[in-house]
Amino acid sequence: MRALVFERKPVKYVAAAVAGRLRPGRGASVGPLSLQDVDEPAAPGDGWVRVRPRLAGICGSDLATLDGHSSRYFEPIVSFPFVPGHEVVGELDDGTRVVLVPVLTCEPRGVTPPCPWCAAGQPNRCERIAFGHLEPGLQTGFCESTGGGWSTAFVAHRSQLVAVPDDLSDEDAVIVEPAACAVHAARTVLPGDVAVIGAGTLGLLTIAALRHLGSERTVVATAKHPHQRQLATELGADRVVATGELARAVRSMTGAMVIGEQLTSGLTTVVDCVGSDDSVAQALSVAAPGGDVLLVGMPGPRSSLDLTPLWHRETSIRGCYAYTRDDFDTAIELVRARGLGRLVSATYPLARYRDAIDHAANAGGRGAVKIAFDLRQEKGR
Amino acid sequence: MPRPGFVLDVDRSTPPLLFWHGEGFRLERLPAERTRVLYPPEPLDPLKDPQGAIRHALLHPLGDSKPLPELLFPGMKLTIAFDDISLPLPPMRRPDVRQRVIETVLDMAAEAGVDDVHLIAALALHRRMTEAELRHAVGDRVYDAFAPTGHLYNLDAEDTDAMAFLGTTDKGEEVEINRRAAESDLLVYVNINLVAMDGGWKSTATGLASYRSLRHHHNVRTLQQSRSLMDHHRSELHTSNWRMGKVIRDAGVKIFQIETTLNTDTFPPPFDFLMKREWEWTAKDRALFVASSKSLARTPSRLRRDIFQSIKAPHQMTSVQAGEVEAVHEETIRNVHRQQLVEVEGQTDILAMGLPYICPYNVNSIMNPILVMCLGLGYFFNLYRNKPLVREGGVLIMSHPTPWEFHPVHHPSYIDFFEQVLSETTDPLRMEAEFEKGFAEDEWYRHLYRTSYAYHGVHPFYMWYWGAHALQHVGRVIIVGGAPRAVRRLGFMAASTMHDALEMASDVVGRAPTITHLHVPPLLIADVQ
Repeated sequence: MRALVFERKPVKYVAAAVAGRLRPGRGASVGPLSLQDVDEPAAPGDGWVRVRPRLAGICGSDLATLDGHSSRYFEPIVSFPFVPGHEVVGELDDGTRVVLVPVLTCEPRGVTPPCPWCAAGQPNRCERIAFGHLEPGLQTGFCESTGGGWSTAFVAHRSQLVAVPDDLSDEDAVIVEPAACAVHAARTVLPGDVAVIGAGTLGLLTIAALRHLGSERTVVATAKHPHQRQLATELGADRVVATGELARAVRSMTGAMVIGEQLTSGLTTVVDCVGSDDSVAQALSVAAPGGDVLLVGMPGPRSSLDLTPLWHRETSIRGCYAYTRDDFDTAIELVRARGLGRLVSATYPLARYRDAIDHAANAGGRGAVKIAFDLRQEKGR
Repeated sequence: MPRPGFVLDVDRSTPPLLFWHGEGFRLERLPAERTRVLYPPEPLDPLKDPQGAIRHALLHPLGDSKPLPELLFPGMKLTIAFDDISLPLPPMRRPDVRQRVIETVLDMAAEAGVDDVHLIAALALHRRMTEAELRHAVGDRVYDAFAPTGHLYNLDAEDTDAMAFLGTTDKGEEVEINRRAAESDLLVYVNINLVAMDGGWKSTATGLASYRSLRHHHNVRTLQQSRSLMDHHRSELHTSNWRMGKVIRDAGVKIFQIETTLNTDTFPPPFDFLMKREWEWTAKDRALFVASSKSLARTPSRLRRDIFQSIKAPHQMTSVQAGEVEAVHEETIRNVHRQQLVEVEGQTDILAMGLPYICPYNVNSIMNPILVMCLGLGYFFNLYRNKPLVREGGVLIMSHPTPWEFHPVHHPSYIDFFEQVLSETTDPLRMEAEFEKGFAEDEWYRHLYRTSYAYHGVHPFYMWYWGAHALQHVGRVIIVGGAPRAVRRLGFMAASTMHDALEMASDVVGRAPTITHLHVPPLLIADVQ
């Protein structure tokens, strides 16, 4: 079968890191990712089935890995070589279309009894992501044992699969996984007005999820590009501003005063869907005293934040990773209700993976949102 | 004998015409046979003895006013209010005409034994003047005598305790002005009438007023019906101020109005060639133009701004009149017209103008895009009497770099207005309905207006309303050399060259439009027949 394989090749990884700094997405050309003919992964045990991907999205965390920007935190919770791709709609051998729930938690790993988090229905906090009968890997797409979505086949545990309703297109279905992340984030947002930093896929989906969940609140969002601005507005942002305008917009909204660079009041929750040092610092500067900064975008490996205002204003920074099964179900409703398959801007065959990754890494500037691999016509499928 | 204003019909022998372009200039060729250029009159001869003229005016007041000395008595409360940094433009060389007038008033007050005197910079919702600016306006002697004891200060229209409500007009307009001025035994207002819009009841009813009062005439409806702002008999803005003046008078506020007019001697050497007609430029003028243009082009923008903002105009006083407000103002307007009026025959399809580096609201500051709009559509478009220079549905072409740049101290609410309001709408009526109140009552803007040097939160709205009549009248606005993003945010079109601008105008006014180039500053008022 054909698959894009990411291998443990430190020299190439360094080259990818250098190239990725020159231009986002360039790491795919020189790094340890290559298109290969490989054997299909074997089912690790009972309850595992083969999935043939139809569409597989390219996520920000994939791009960080390809460009060598990922945190070393991930080293012990991934296993090489792996096939990336965790935003997947595929089909089973019997033709059933499914969406992958990629987190590799106690159940697919055969860990019994399950850890307290899995037992409590919060598998995103699973304590056993490097244990059980699978190689380490926090998700399908980062685990040697399972393969991943950027291929013509991989294996998944039945607990990881959600049937796709007939009325959802493949484009809708491939958005369900990131939409579930957004739903999970939106559910943890405190009451009150909220800012969403970033209008890439996650930012837009978070705006849509906040509106879908129906609370009466003002949502202000930042967007760099005109199409992001338009989509953010369509999906429910009350105000969309340029990145550099957020502090002034929040100041006007809240009637805050200003001391130095810091607003005296601010918003109860600021959702950071970018994950850079700058975006986190910006989030802290517009969060109200006692407010909450929610990290939905995966942060970079190093940070040099000044935490003094956080201490002084009793602000919280909270991570927000993945989803529960309930979030996934809600995400399907959200995608259907808002027609979110339209966020898929372009698809590529595996052979053009360099173009695909370049497009994804520079999606905003090129008027795009989500880029995906289209495996439906792939040879050897 | 200074020459009057002049209307030049452009032909093939006409040299390229000078356009102001912010802190620089452009030379443009405009189409022959269908372009006319309006040149301002040359500066009138100044009063030979300005100090004597001031004294004479105070002793021989107009209207039903008594001479100033007869209004002064020991134990009285005397307040002298004076026009702020927005006048004149550019700021004039020392001694400022306000200094001359105030010193004379104070001499008379001292002779009368008056010792309770306050001096107030009547800045309404403008930014506070700095010490240096106040010193420049009133002179060091007056500043040192009054400021240290707190008797010379900027108006604070947001200090509710310091404002007095005087009543409402028959149209329901609330009149609230500075309490000290309202409760004094005599309010002396010292004005500079640079353009016909200034002075009259507008001095007190606007200069000393609060937002509560100003909103009744600084609004879209009023400004759309002010045709033009430079003709107070046909300006709803002025009609409203005159109604408020009646309320002020009926409330017992005793006003002694002193108005002055200046000649159009606007630019000192080496920039005095800017006041000449191009075909009369000498070899030295041409050399100066080339040298200054080239050196300015190589100068960093900040330094360039400093150079221009340091210009002090050689303006000189052409008249001074004092006494009852309306009688004084009629005489003032006659003197303004004597200097600035230029008779013009009919309207044209296009009005072209170069915008300079300065307007009333960016002295020692940055001409931001909102001020570009206000200067072009609010001030220069309104430099007419009877009819606008451009026909209804015509095109306005302005030349200015229009950078996306704001003075963070002077114009904080402008930044938010540009980012938050103009990104939603350029319709003055909609912004007035949806956004004005929030900006006007924003505590942060209030704080900055009162304690820093910021224009009031509502001020950018007023700038936009100032252009509301022009926005309604013209079919398209094009800015030559403007930064495209900023120009688009204003709702206008950016053109790289004048040729491109004329091309862009052609789908509104056809291929062979008639054009008027308003060659200002120095300023003029077009009397369009």
